[in-house]
Amino acid sequence: MENKNERRKEQILRMSGVNPKKCMRCGKCSGTCPSYDEMEYHPHQFVSMVESGDLEPLMSSPSIYKCLSCFACVDRCPRNVEPAKLIEALRLTVIREKGANHLLADQIPALLDEEMPQQAIVSAMRKYSK
Amino acid sequence: MKVTYFPGCTLRTKAKDLDLYARRSAEALGIELCEPKDWQCCGGVFVSASDEIATKLSSVRALIDAKEKEQPIVTVCSACHNVIKQTNYAMQNDETFASRVNAYMAQEKNPPLPYAGEAEVLHFLELIRDKVGFDTLKAAVKNPLTGKKIAAYYGCLLLRPGKVMAFDDVENPSIIEDFIRALGAEPVIYPARNECCGGYVALEDPASAKKKSNAVSDSAKNHGAEMIVTACPLCKYNLVKNGSSLPVVYFTELLAEALGVKEV
Repeated sequence: MENKNERRKEQILRMSGVNPKKCMRCGKCSGTCPSYDEMEYHPHQFVSMVESGDLEPLMSSPSIYKCLSCFACVDRCPRNVEPAKLIEALRLTVIREKGANHLLADQIPALLDEEMPQQAIVSAMRKYSK
Repeated sequence: MKVTYFPGCTLRTKAKDLDLYARRSAEALGIELCEPKDWQCCGGVFVSASDEIATKLSSVRALIDAKEKEQPIVTVCSACHNVIKQTNYAMQNDETFASRVNAYMAQEKNPPLPYAGEAEVLHFLELIRDKVGFDTLKAAVKNPLTGKKIAAYYGCLLLRPGKVMAFDDVENPSIIEDFIRALGAEPVIYPARNECCGGYVALEDPASAKKKSNAVSDSAKNHGAEMIVTACPLCKYNLVKNGSSLPVVYFTELLAEALGVKEV
């Protein structure tokens, strides 16, 4: 189990290109995050928990679907840690598992209104489903 | 001047105005927009993981089309621009990614030469700033929008990640304000102009999107704007849907109006 978690952490670091050790814990990422209030775990916690290998709570938290990919945390980090890329890698690790899609095509019609642009639908499908 | 023009899915459906007025304005400015024959949806968002290959191939195909025609590739939609620009950057800077993409592309019916990010990717606003020039634009204006106080809404996709997009100063941009001035109107600077509208979260968590959108439209209103201008269909949707008290218009619509080609 320990080895599996280690391997998973390595893969998350590799696919995201993030080095959480660069973080100096200033909290600016969470301070600037527009989804802070909606998140159980905040961007700075993603960074520190991935570093310590505490992946399971992050992967099972709805927080991974609250990130807007606005990249405010990426551009405003003084150490260039890029937390959004870490959140993306965790989300992908979850939804790449068989049957783990967060949003299904069948759910879409009920979520639409007349004005909803296609861009919203394709973006959500790309973020939430494989 | 000829450019490869990538309209994107939303410009064919819910954001037809963004496309129509871009075409009319381009014609008025002497720019010929050449649409790739079989372009495919960019996917709306760039997936930042470097092992995501297939989701980026549609952008690569559009980029190769532009490269082969020796034209810059131009988009008006912020999302398409973000995805195509980030894909191009990855093709230039991530060798492993590029070699995997090129291995896919070699399987196409008429395989192209390996692609290494040679195409120039421009947003329509960059095309005006860098190739046309704001002075030339100003001289081409027939109906100056004198006295209008307009808030430029950048959002995230045009600016971030700043290292990749290289669109403007990521925290203090000026390109849309310069554009507004060239059209004869007055730009309004407000703090939330480069914050997120909530984006695709509107689909499954509309309350979250409402909070973000209202923060933007309220900020613009409180700083004296009469109107918000955007390049992004999803920003426009979120702002309008969530009750912006200011009208939200596409930058191409203002452009066409000022150039006197809105009604033809």
